[in-house]
Amino acid sequence: MTDIKIRNVSKIFGGNWKAALAMTQQGADKGEILAKTGCSVGLDNVSLDIPGGRVFVIMGLSGSGKSTLVRHINRLIEPTSGEILVDGSNVLDLKPKELRDFRNRRVSMVFQNFGLMPHRTVLQNVVYGQRVRGLAKDDAKPIGMKWIETVGLAGYENKFPHQLSGGMKQRVGLARALAADTDVILMDEAFSALDPLIRADMQDQLLQLEKNLHKTIVFITHDLDEALRIGAQIAILKDGKLVQVGTPSEILNSPANDYVARFVQRRAGAGEPHHA
Amino acid sequence: MFPEAFHISIRGPINDFVQSLVVNYGFVFKAISQTLLQAILFVEWILRGLPWWAVFLVFLALAWAASKKISLVVTVAVMLFAVGALGLWDLTMQTLALMLIASLISVAIGVPMGIWLAKSELMRRITLPVLDVMQTMPSFVYLIPAIMLFGLGKVPAVLATIIYAVPPLIRLTDLGIRQVDGEVVEAATAFGGSPSQILFGVELPLATPTIMAGLNQTIMMALSMVVVASMIGARGLGEQVLNGIQTLDVGKGLEAGVGIVILAIVLDRITQGFGQMSRKERGND
Repeated sequence: MTDIKIRNVSKIFGGNWKAALAMTQQGADKGEILAKTGCSVGLDNVSLDIPGGRVFVIMGLSGSGKSTLVRHINRLIEPTSGEILVDGSNVLDLKPKELRDFRNRRVSMVFQNFGLMPHRTVLQNVVYGQRVRGLAKDDAKPIGMKWIETVGLAGYENKFPHQLSGGMKQRVGLARALAADTDVILMDEAFSALDPLIRADMQDQLLQLEKNLHKTIVFITHDLDEALRIGAQIAILKDGKLVQVGTPSEILNSPANDYVARFVQRRAGAGEPHHA
Repeated sequence: MFPEAFHISIRGPINDFVQSLVVNYGFVFKAISQTLLQAILFVEWILRGLPWWAVFLVFLALAWAASKKISLVVTVAVMLFAVGALGLWDLTMQTLALMLIASLISVAIGVPMGIWLAKSELMRRITLPVLDVMQTMPSFVYLIPAIMLFGLGKVPAVLATIIYAVPPLIRLTDLGIRQVDGEVVEAATAFGGSPSQILFGVELPLATPTIMAGLNQTIMMALSMVVVASMIGARGLGEQVLNGIQTLDVGKGLEAGVGIVILAIVLDRITQGFGQMSRKERGND
């Protein structure tokens, strides 16, 4: 089981990042910094401990920096300052070759709009991670087939992505992440593009996987119901700042501020949290 | 009148520069010229040496491979037959040889350049204006130095054709790679793909329809150069048109003109067919 520690990570987008970073340290807010330096603040001094083997949800509205934060874990985005420790070693120290290896073997990812390769079949998409690793086609095939069956897509392995529905495409995305056999899976709004029934289905499937495989899953969502349903712990982001971290019941029963409280109040008549 | 005191002439320096190139580096150009000429002659030797029906069959096979439509195969057959019936077969093969070489070199230059442009913003900013100049500069202007450096004949004709025809391929390769869905590239990166794995496994395959459109443009532009190229001694259909103009032989000029049009249509349909096929393969998204 792999745990992830995010230490004082800030991310400033724009050329004049030094001035902007200094302003964040003095507590200036996002709008003010944008007006004065022309830089936009993606993340403002975020620290998080993500324990291994569970589903950790990062929640926030669009623009809150949640997608930016998750991309720091596999360094698709470089932080302006701070460090990211995966199992104690700093991801930022990795050289290009080591970074590719790290992405390939340690962390995989599921994307909001699936990110499937349209010119490859379902099977070829699913084994992409294994193939990048250098595994021969014939050796990769049984691995791919196993995960295609696990996500319930047996029989579709030779179809192309455009022949599948949205829910099926995301199953392919999930199977691809699982076939890479990494300890950590990052899921960036993975279920947001799906309709409610399929979404609930996929959430159940994810919880099953959590139970069976003990992977560290970092799940990004803008939906509190989804966060409460699948998260062992939930972190709430607003304007690039961490607002609250806690278990679903902590979030529900003692919201850290008005912002979180408003979220909780608007959630009327939803089901019980899974990790109560 | 614009005051004469402000007149600057770049004529002298440029003439001197080209002159000194010829004098000091003539052997380099001669070597390039010889190599290129051998390549052209080789392709010409194959095309003209093959019996007409063999070339015919190759074209029909290509038309079938590109479209899987009988109608296109029949069209190509009728058109090529017309070329032969008009007595233009040998001239057409000469022109085709020049076209093939010019297109091959254009691909060898254009696709890597397009990739470079897509990857480097700086390179893009430098190159795009140069491409504009290459396309708008009257082609006769670069025929002059081409003749000085490479002599008369097929070689400067091919080079002038490349200069005129390569820009759309560069542009469309650049565009094709930039248009590849960012999330797909991000996904490939997130799974540890190396830059070359991403380029050859994701970006180029997904850019293929656009690159094929660029190749199609390049071939069409190269064809439009054949008459101009004949002015510096390239043989083939263009020469026949030129001949027609010089002798006021309207019929002869038109015959050769029809030959060029037919060659254009055949090549256009075949390359477009390949482009559409690669588009179909990956579905509509």
